[in-house]
Amino acid sequence: MIGLNHYLILSGLLFAIGLMGVMRRKNLLMLFFATEVMLNAANIAFAATSHYYGDLTGQMFAFFIIAVAASEVAVGLGLLIVLYKKYGSLDLDGLTTMKG
Amino acid sequence: MYEQIAFYLFSVLTIGLFLVTVFSKNLLYAMTSLAAGMVMISGLFFVLGADFLGVVQLIVYVGAVMALYAFAMMFFDATRDIKEKNPNAGRVFLLGGLIAVMLVIIFSAPIYSENIHAIYPPIPGAGNAQSVGLVLFTKYLVPFEVAAVMLLVAMVAGIILAGKKMDQSLTTEDDISKEVILQEDEK
Repeated sequence: MIGLNHYLILSGLLFAIGLMGVMRRKNLLMLFFATEVMLNAANIAFAATSHYYGDLTGQMFAFFIIAVAASEVAVGLGLLIVLYKKYGSLDLDGLTTMKG
Repeated sequence: MYEQIAFYLFSVLTIGLFLVTVFSKNLLYAMTSLAAGMVMISGLFFVLGADFLGVVQLIVYVGAVMALYAFAMMFFDATRDIKEKNPNAGRVFLLGGLIAVMLVIIFSAPIYSENIHAIYPPIPGAGNAQSVGLVLFTKYLVPFEVAAVMLLVAMVAGIILAGKKMDQSLTTEDDISKEVILQEDEK
């Protein structure tokens, strides 16, 4: 029988994958993909908790996470386009102009 | 039985596809596998009985967000493989593993507490979409409106950042001065 723990372990695994991506990626667009993975992992945990405790609050939080993710993508991609026009690449190591 | 089959199928596929997303060198492969993984996650939502959340996941994530990524990818060179330097991969794996263990402990800590009880239980006699609507438009109305304003602000910001003067560079000084000269020539 599938319980809450199964879903939480799956969510933790997916979150770890996303975190690994955030730490090892140097390309900014790939970094965005990894953050999407992490947001989806949190959504799974919320939906599972909502189901197994018979409470709708988890689903509400998942909806708000989706809204936050959508606005994050809109603003972030605009910034990425401006950055690409300025530097010609999306490499994080190239963006060290503020180094003192 | 069917629930177990569905859970293991969807979870294995999701983990595999997201691993491709995180470790792939090609931008196009990463984006496609991310979209496919999100479809699988909506399948998990359907298994959990959150029908409306699954549909929203399909429409907003797989439809809107991925389309936005695909449009943004037109600005970048998507066919070339991405070269990334990773001087200390072992340290990253160690840190990632430690933080993952910590997160699993954090996530599973409330399971052993007795204090969790339902504040908004599903309304009897109503489907998932109906109960979601009833709770969202009564108890969570203010956050809902705030989220709407936030989405509007994000849309305006996206348009200003990406859409303004698409034919010229926003930031480089040389291009702007060239543009001014060109406009004067036209007069």
